[in-house]
Amino acid sequence: MSNGSMEVEGAPAAGVERPSGFFVTLGGAALDFIREAGAGGILFWRGLLSMGRLPRSLPLVFEQMRRIGVESLPLVIITSIFTGAVTAVQAAYQLREFVPEQYIGTAIYKSVTIELGPVLTALVVGCRVSASIAAELGTMRVTEQVDAMEAMAIDPVRYLAMPRIVAGLIMLPIVTVFADALAIGGGFVVSNASLGISPSTFVNGMKMYFFAGDVFGGLIKAFVFGGIITLMGCLAGFRTSGGAVGVGQAATRAVVASCVLILVSDYVLATLLFKIIFG
Amino acid sequence: MAARPVVEVRGLWKSFGDKEALRGVDLKLHDGETLVVLGPSGCGKSVLLKHVIGLMEPDRGSIIVEGRDLSGLSQAELNEIRQKFGMVFQGAALFDSMTVGDNVALPLREHRGMKGERLSALVEEKLELVGLKGISSLRPAELSGGMKKRVALARAIALDPDIILYDEPTTGLDPVMAEQINELIRSTQRKLNASSIVVTHDLHSACFTGDMVALMDEGRIAFYGTTDELTTTENEAVRNFIARGHPAATGAPGGSGAGPACADDPFA
Ligand SMILES: Nc1ncnc2c1ncn2[C@@H]1O[C@H](COP(=O)(O)OP(=O)(O)OP(=O)(O)O)[C@@H](O)[C@H]1O
Ligand SMILES: [Mg+2]
Repeated sequence: MSNGSMEVEGAPAAGVERPSGFFVTLGGAALDFIREAGAGGILFWRGLLSMGRLPRSLPLVFEQMRRIGVESLPLVIITSIFTGAVTAVQAAYQLREFVPEQYIGTAIYKSVTIELGPVLTALVVGCRVSASIAAELGTMRVTEQVDAMEAMAIDPVRYLAMPRIVAGLIMLPIVTVFADALAIGGGFVVSNASLGISPSTFVNGMKMYFFAGDVFGGLIKAFVFGGIITLMGCLAGFRTSGGAVGVGQAATRAVVASCVLILVSDYVLATLLFKIIFG
Repeated sequence: MAARPVVEVRGLWKSFGDKEALRGVDLKLHDGETLVVLGPSGCGKSVLLKHVIGLMEPDRGSIIVEGRDLSGLSQAELNEIRQKFGMVFQGAALFDSMTVGDNVALPLREHRGMKGERLSALVEEKLELVGLKGISSLRPAELSGGMKKRVALARAIALDPDIILYDEPTTGLDPVMAEQINELIRSTQRKLNASSIVVTHDLHSACFTGDMVALMDEGRIAFYGTTDELTTTENEAVRNFIARGHPAATGAPGGSGAGPACADDPFA
């Protein structure tokens, strides 16, 4: 690879014999993580630089929006309805005898918009999307399609990575809005049907402590998660080496990295948004 | 033949781990010339081509294209130079998420901003050149290996490049098709006045398409000369290569010069 394009020959530490031992393993893992994060940063930066060509790449972005957003909807519909339903049951159980039942509505709406909607959507969509991006780009890498693209002077970061990342940033908040609505709907139905909470009580509970920042903060989270998912997929894909086995490993690595980073950044964002900005 | 080489490879070394793929390759491609690179499997031919187009970075040595050293270039400058190139990959490397037509159209769309009727007409024209009229709506997965190779060739010449790199363009094709591709390489070279590097195992194809021949062996150039010289040389590596791969072409073993490599047509 040349001049600032992705270094793929020799995946990190491949074939290097490491001494064993707990701390050595831990240190090695930490180094790999830093290397991985560095490569992710570089890829993100190059993706940003290629945004200048965004207008020309719009058809590619739309195609990815369809694949990331629209095709994820069935999965999101199921997970979010049940998330809402189970939240209602669990909230009712935990709050029973302590808190008036109208707070069930508050609890559901707050937990869904702030945390459950964005995070569960990101995890579910993330597994699906980052694995598929990594497998697709990884296959292109090992069959020399990425090389062929570079050879014809088309930047793979602009043509392959950037449209996916942009689509992730746009679609995750949109899908999350859907998920929020469906989860609250699921909670509403369950509260009504099996917990005996009347619709007006539920809605009053929601209205009482409504704060637009909750929804907004959740959507900011979703935006960041959308970037993480697609970035990790592209990164693992571009760094694939070693045939079909390598493609499988890339998909796994993308999913693991997305899930871990979603949860870690969720903590960071929660602190930033709800303690510092809205707090 | 102009004096200034279009592509010059100087002292190129490359290893993967402790495997040395290239061990000091020096090579020149002159303007309008077709250079054939022969060599046994695994001697570093494909790695050499990838260096020429800047897909790999040398450990040592340099690649100079039209007077500019690739290693000193920014990504933008490198891409500018790459637009002068067309490359046929050994495994075709077609974009399998796109149709055949889109594969050929991609460089035209991206670099010439072409679209609509004009684009599809040109794509069809390029496909016709490689004998694949009317398949532009198929997917690469629906093609045979030889058809993929030919689509890759059509894609490589889409931009009418100055320098064309062919990595085993005729491997896996039947003799008739191979002959057509050889013809195509020659006619493209004449029409575009392109300079080409053709990597091949096929002596006949080498003699037919080539002006100059280089024989690679274990990461080095073992022989470099004209196609005529190839037939007369006493060079050990050349005789060995010819004897090993094409016993018929050398005539009786030991009878050097008895059956010159290029005079004998394997398909005759
Ligand atoms: N990306 C890579 N990583 C590690 N080793 C490589 C890589 N590419 C090539 N090699 C090694 O470099 C050597 C030369 O490979 P190359 O593909 O250039 O051979 P070749 O001459 O093209 O052979 P063939 O005629 O079979 O295509 C081989 O030993 C190969 O194992
Ligand atoms: Mg090869």
